Amino acid sequence: MVKIHLPNSAFLGNIDPFLRSFDPSNKNELTITSNNKWVSVHPMVVAIVASLGKGISTEKLKFEAFEARSKHYFERIGLFKFLGINSGISVTEHDPSGRFIPLTRINNSTQLTQFLTEMIPLLHLADNPKQAEPIRYIASELVRNVIEHSQAEDGAIVCAQYYKTSNTIRIGIVDGGVGVRKTITQSHLAQDDFEAIKLALTPGVTGTTRKEGGTELNAGAGLFFIKSIAHVNRDFFLLYSGKAMYKLLKRSLKEEIFLQSDPLKDRHSKEKALPHWNGTAVGIDLCLDNTKEFSVLLDLIRNTYATSVRERRKEKYRKPKFT
Amino acid sequence: MITIKLNSIVGSFAENKDKAREIRIKKINPALKKGDNVELDFEGVTSATQSFIHALVSQLIRQYGTDVLDNINFKNCNNTLKKIIEIVTDYMQFRE
Repeated sequence: MVKIHLPNSAFLGNIDPFLRSFDPSNKNELTITSNNKWVSVHPMVVAIVASLGKGISTEKLKFEAFEARSKHYFERIGLFKFLGINSGISVTEHDPSGRFIPLTRINNSTQLTQFLTEMIPLLHLADNPKQAEPIRYIASELVRNVIEHSQAEDGAIVCAQYYKTSNTIRIGIVDGGVGVRKTITQSHLAQDDFEAIKLALTPGVTGTTRKEGGTELNAGAGLFFIKSIAHVNRDFFLLYSGKAMYKLLKRSLKEEIFLQSDPLKDRHSKEKALPHWNGTAVGIDLCLDNTKEFSVLLDLIRNTYATSVRERRKEKYRKPKFT
Repeated sequence: MITIKLNSIVGSFAENKDKAREIRIKKINPALKKGDNVELDFEGVTSATQSFIHALVSQLIRQYGTDVLDNINFKNCNNTLKKIIEIVTDYMQFRE
C-alpha cells in the first residue's frame, strides 16, 4: 500500500522530504492524507499523486477528507475528479483562465497538439509570445518524450499553475513508464539511475543510438534544451526517475549565466537513494519576470551544443601508435 | 523547384515530429531524388521545436551528405526558426 501525505509546502526548492516520504513501489492501494492547516504544493506533486492513484479502484483508494483551507485548490485542479473520488468539497465553478491547467492525461500526438493549442490561452499568455514560447516548447518536448520513450500505458499526466505573488508558472509532467535508465541503457552504459539522468541531460546523448547526430527522429537534445531554458531563466528544473533526482538550482540575478554541457557542472542538488519511481517525474518553474528572448537562449544552446559534440569527438579520436 | 508550405500542415507551432517525418518521406525526399530543389516555406509558422526540425532534415543530411543543404531553401523563417535550423544543421555536420 502507498501512503502519501500532502505536506504544508512542497515546491521544487523544498520538495526533497516529500519525495522521500512515500514508497511508490506497491501501488495496489493508495491512502492520501494531508496537512490540516494549509497545503500548498507544486503541480509536479499533484501530478505524482494523480499518477499513483490512476488505475486504483475507488475501494482501494482512501483519503482523509481535506481540512486545510486550501483544499479547494485540489478540487479545482482536478485531482479528485482524476482519481474518481467524490471529495465533498464544493467550489464555485469559475473560468480557470489565467490560473492553472487542470490535470490532463495525454496519450498521443493529436492530444498533445490539442493541449498545446489550449494551454497558452489558459495561462493568459496568448498576447505575450516572449513568455509563451518557452512554456509551449517545454510542454511539447517533455510530453513528446513520454509518448515516444516512456512506454507508459497512461501517457503523460500534466498540470500547471500560475502563481501571482512570484509571477511564476510552475509545470509538472509525470509518467509511470520505464524510466530514464531503461531508455538510456539501450545505447549507453549507466551504472545507476543518477548516471542515466546525467547522460539524458547531456546534449547529443540519446537512448536510441550511440552515434553522434542521433537517429532520424532523435538527437538527444530535448532535455538539454529544457534544462537550458530553466538555467537561463535562473529557475528550478527537477527530474526524478528510478531512485535518483537531479535538481537544477535557482540562481541569483547577479550571477553570470553560461550554459554547460555537463549537467553536473551546473549548480545542482541530487539524490541517489529515493524510493523507486517507476517512470519519470519532471517539475519546472519559469518566472515570467526573467524570461529571456528565446532567440538569445538559442544562441547559447548552439554554442554549447557544438562545443560538447566537438569535445566528445576529440575524446574518441585516437592517433596511430608508431614505435 | 518544389515549394512546401508548412503552415497548412503543421500549424503555427511546428512540433509534431510524425508530421515532419511524413513531409520528409512523402514530399522532400522524392523531390530531391528526382534532382529537384526544395523550398520549405515557413510563412505563418512562428516557432518550432528542435525535435521537429531534426525529424524534418537530419535524415536528409545523413542520406545525401551536407551538400543537400545547397538544394533546400528555408523561406520566411523568423529569427527563432533560423536559429533552431542552424542548431540542427550544425550538429548534423559534426556527427560521426
